[in-house]
Amino acid sequence: MRILRRLTPYRTPVIILVLFLCFPLIDHNAGHVNAAADAAVFVLLALGLNIVVGFAGLLDLGYAAFFAIGSYTYALAASPFYGLHLPFWPMLLVAAIVAGVFGALLGAPTLRLRGDYLAIVTLGFGEIVPTVFLNLPKYTGGTNGVVGIDKPTVFGYQFGFNPTPYYYTLIVIIVLSVIGILRLRDSRLGRAWLAVREDEIAAASMGIDLTATKLLAFSFGAFFSGFGGALYVAKLGIVSPDQFNFTVSFTILAMVVLGGMGNVFGVIAGAAILYEFQTLFLNDLTQWSHSLGQSLGIRVLTTINFVDLKFLLYGLGLVLLMLLRPEGLFPERRIRAIVTETVAAEVPVVGTAAVADSHGADTTPPGAA
Amino acid sequence: MNWVLFAQQLVNGLSLGAIYAVIALGYTMVYGIIELINFAHGDVYTAGSFVALATLTLLGASRHMAAAGLVFALIVTFLVAMLVMGGTGVVIERFAYRPLRGRPRLAPLLTAIGVSFSLENLLQLWMGPSPVPFPQLIPNPFFALGPVSVSQMQLFVIFSSVVMMVALHFFVVHTKLGKAMRATAQDWMAAEIMGIDINKTIALTFFIGSLLAGAAGVITGLFYGNIWFINGFRAGLIAFTAAVLGGIGNTTGAALGGFVIGFIEVMTAQYVGFQWAEVTIFSVLILVLIFRPTGLLGQQLPERT
Repeated sequence: MRILRRLTPYRTPVIILVLFLCFPLIDHNAGHVNAAADAAVFVLLALGLNIVVGFAGLLDLGYAAFFAIGSYTYALAASPFYGLHLPFWPMLLVAAIVAGVFGALLGAPTLRLRGDYLAIVTLGFGEIVPTVFLNLPKYTGGTNGVVGIDKPTVFGYQFGFNPTPYYYTLIVIIVLSVIGILRLRDSRLGRAWLAVREDEIAAASMGIDLTATKLLAFSFGAFFSGFGGALYVAKLGIVSPDQFNFTVSFTILAMVVLGGMGNVFGVIAGAAILYEFQTLFLNDLTQWSHSLGQSLGIRVLTTINFVDLKFLLYGLGLVLLMLLRPEGLFPERRIRAIVTETVAAEVPVVGTAAVADSHGADTTPPGAA
Repeated sequence: MNWVLFAQQLVNGLSLGAIYAVIALGYTMVYGIIELINFAHGDVYTAGSFVALATLTLLGASRHMAAAGLVFALIVTFLVAMLVMGGTGVVIERFAYRPLRGRPRLAPLLTAIGVSFSLENLLQLWMGPSPVPFPQLIPNPFFALGPVSVSQMQLFVIFSSVVMMVALHFFVVHTKLGKAMRATAQDWMAAEIMGIDINKTIALTFFIGSLLAGAAGVITGLFYGNIWFINGFRAGLIAFTAAVLGGIGNTTGAALGGFVIGFIEVMTAQYVGFQWAEVTIFSVLILVLIFRPTGLLGQQLPERT
């Protein structure tokens, strides 16, 4: 009973979770389960990026770098490349920790930067990391990457190439991550992130250590990409530098923005929607339009391929989203509530954040409505 | 150390840097006036190459034309590419950036990335996912400068870039519109009180920046002989590095930064390995931003979050 009562505020996510757990039992199409498992990897990545962008308000355009580091950590530790065959489960955690450490290492030099300089430096990092993997074939396999990565086992059960066990593992890790992230968000550190996001100067003057707060945001954000990376390459069995180019960082960012920056469940929805949109829906749409074009005799419809239009649709979608609904599909109502609720009662840090909306009137650029 | 080789690379760096410098001017002008990293600028530059190729194909230009016809075709191509890209810049500003003025920083930045991806995808749809050959119209004999050789194309690149930089400098410093741009960059509110039409001035800034990017696109096509839809991403990032290195908001700095980055790229390729050029450039960007965020020539900008 107590557990039930504690779950009550989360009943919608719990129902959705149960539906997702039943999904492979109902849909026996291995392709669909596979797409769902890949989408789950991107859910983990979006959850991690949400800590950096959504909670702490630091625009990270090179998040794929950490995904790459987590992926390579497991790939190199459990493949014939070095002849190391370390077990999957401890390495899953190690990959996440290594990614987290690199998050702090790469985050450290950028902390003095503000706003869009930070964006451009992280973009640079996002380019540097895969290039380094590409340029050191002796240590990372270069262009060919690493092949024959070990598949996980549980008590003698081989995961193999069947997507279903990966799917369930990912669901378990996502659930644990969401619980962890929600606890983190409500902790002292999480509230500090929100305060930094709302107004950095006010947060600093309230005694928040900006350096440590931002560094931890980078580090925790990267940590979750390590989980995603290790599971992703274990499932795929191969890793190469071209899996981590800028389009990956951009896609994850688009997921976070679409879902609603800062809202954990929104971000999950954003990632799932966008991933299924690009892998399944665009294919289906192309086929529908082809058959529609044939029956109506319209040539354009029979030749159009919506998969090729993916980034045009993403780009225009992002522009329209920013113009019409910048808070995303599922804006973070709860955090807003926390911020306003605790103005009088709790820490002054959070109180400063509430006035952020009125702040900036004197710096509003020209032509603003 | 082989000094002849070094001098030769210096020349190569000069022509490479000239193109970066022209692109960097657009970044720095836009950042100077509305403090936005216009991510789409690199793709506007590449779109310039594509429009130029389309124009040349339409004109039926080839190497075997009479010299007068060739010069005419090139002038028309430059004009078309520059005007089309200038117009594109104005349209992007009007519909994507202007409605977001005054919003939190994240919104216009994400919009800029969205515009950039849309443009890239459009270019890919237009001419395909592989590099496209660009007609080699200008005869390219080499001249000997002592032991160092300079190609006619390199001279053309450097000369046309310097002409554009000088023209821009003259425009910004000596014309009324240029004065309006500088005033708006310095204090838009005061500028508005003085009767300057802010919206027009910002649109003009985008027009000129994109115009220069379009010209750089034509030059790139002629110089390298092939164009690729994805070029703008890398070139844009490198040109932005040049703008930051020179001091963002400062047009002289952007030109200087472009040449410095050009040298860094060719020297890394020569002495370390060409595959490390990009890593070195981005490392330079990171180091500059950390240790001298105002750049080589930049003045202290007000800090913004």
